[in-house]
Amino acid sequence: MINAVGREIPDEILEITGKEPFQGNYYRDDVPMTKIGPTIRPVMNNQKSKLVANIREALIKCEAHDGMTVSFHHHFRDGDLIVNMVMKEIHDMGLKDITICATSLGKAHAPLVPMIEDGTITGIESSGVRGAIGEAISQGKLKKLAIMRSHGGRVRALTTGESHVDIAFIGAPTSDDYGNLRGIGGKADCGVLSYAIVDGNHADYCVAITDCLVPYPNFPAHIAQTKVDYVCVVDEIGIPSKIASGAAKPTTDQRKLLMAQYCTDVVVNTPWFKEGFSYQTGVGGASIASTQYLAEIMRERNIHMGFGVGGLTKAMCQLLDDGMARVLLDVQDFDLDAVKNLKNVNHHRIPAGVYANPLNKGAVVNKLDYVVLASLEVDVHFNCNVVVGSDGMITGAQGGHPDTAQGAKCAIVICPLMQGRIPAICTDVTTVTTPGESIDVVVTDYGVAVNPARPDILEALKAADCVPLKTIEELRDIAYSIVGKPEKVEFEDRVVGIIEARDGTIIDVVRQIKEI
Amino acid sequence: MKILKSAVAGTLESSDCMVTVEPGSNGIEFDLESAVIRQYGKQIRKVTLETLGRLGVRNAKVHMVDKGALDCTIKARVECACMRASEHEGRINWGGVIR
Repeated sequence: MINAVGREIPDEILEITGKEPFQGNYYRDDVPMTKIGPTIRPVMNNQKSKLVANIREALIKCEAHDGMTVSFHHHFRDGDLIVNMVMKEIHDMGLKDITICATSLGKAHAPLVPMIEDGTITGIESSGVRGAIGEAISQGKLKKLAIMRSHGGRVRALTTGESHVDIAFIGAPTSDDYGNLRGIGGKADCGVLSYAIVDGNHADYCVAITDCLVPYPNFPAHIAQTKVDYVCVVDEIGIPSKIASGAAKPTTDQRKLLMAQYCTDVVVNTPWFKEGFSYQTGVGGASIASTQYLAEIMRERNIHMGFGVGGLTKAMCQLLDDGMARVLLDVQDFDLDAVKNLKNVNHHRIPAGVYANPLNKGAVVNKLDYVVLASLEVDVHFNCNVVVGSDGMITGAQGGHPDTAQGAKCAIVICPLMQGRIPAICTDVTTVTTPGESIDVVVTDYGVAVNPARPDILEALKAADCVPLKTIEELRDIAYSIVGKPEKVEFEDRVVGIIEARDGTIIDVVRQIKEI
Repeated sequence: MKILKSAVAGTLESSDCMVTVEPGSNGIEFDLESAVIRQYGKQIRKVTLETLGRLGVRNAKVHMVDKGALDCTIKARVECACMRASEHEGRINWGGVIR
């Protein structure tokens, strides 16, 4: 069946997954739904200790079994040691047919590939995968369909019961012996536990793993003792220097600085840039530079940000410290400055569901004026692809891209016209991960294109005469005139993964890469 | 143009390609590694063979490691490697087949 972004979703895939094809952004708005809760074991006995000696004991006590689903969070980013530690134990116990439901998987998790090959891991649900696991999935090594869903989408899938987690493993920088968990302090300080909070609410069993046991009560707890079954103390849960791997050096790349300037020009010349505006941006060089340009103009015009949200960086925290932003809402910290900034009383932690779950009573992303995003590819329908490389290999993650793009009044994608020889502005993206109806403005180094669905933005930018305006087709044509029109990448018929839209419908499928 | 010895042109930097040309006796034996082979493999092959044809190279082993070079770069690197490998030894006769 052809879905609302023109992608063929094979009937067989709809049948296996029980999901519907994507029908447009507001398909499930105001549609009644029931939340599903976990099956838990109450702790009434006041003699019971939650401490276990090691991961193996935790797995046994949590009734680990073939075919179960285990979950993880990615706040330790490239420094994460938890996933490999737990999966090695599961592998050594000889368990098979395990599904991993992670908030994201990255380069640190390459040791999982042999476990995919030997049938220990047969399912992966994640916001995306980078590195060797992405290649393994694209090569068809994973037995079941990989499911890629956004941060908000993952919360939705756990609350509706589409995904059910048997055991959640939550790496906690600090914990007490009764499972009060905090994201801050300890040896592997990641600041927040926002993505893991939903696991505490929806997994049957919940195991905290920490390398810093503190006296009871570890308060204020980010995940409460009432959600945690067992606490396991290990030597190390993360490599601190790799946790803040998003730490960006100020860019000197003229192309990025130009795009940053265009992006800021778009923001300050559209109607939502006024006292109390809200803003989310990313961690790339152009995003950070554009935040700095924006700060200058905010000072000049005495305009303050009402709130900033998202994965946070030094540049955003600077706005808070300087009194240019009233409040920051934090789901993830990309650098150590952001972790340290949590001391500021106006820098608040929020759970992933509050941030972006499309099927609650209104997430924070709905209140966004601007979001500045990146993309591997954008096509002439404004569809974005942030998961599958132009060579057909799975290589990225949705993160909050589809959530914030839909929520924001003005969603801006910064994307160089070409990445090496690859035209980033193209006729059709390899895989649709964020629908074009969510994307309002595309900023490239060769000009700025506004989605024709947003004549209001186009008028504002024309009136301001601030950026070189092009149509998206013109941008694509410039790219193709320089690099040549690319051949279509060839795939096998077999579908290896699905891309879920925020609401759980299927927006696209990923097929197995053809060997050459 | 006759390929008399092996010669190299280009680098492994992004958006460049490294071309190695060696004497051969079996027509053009072209071997390509490319970061963009799935999208531009055919085009790179076409540009390389055209360039060799224009230079009058009939027999050679050509190995290319491409890092996303544009057609103009590929042409220039192939021309340069062939000139270095031929009797011209890099003393280029501009305005002839080198355009």
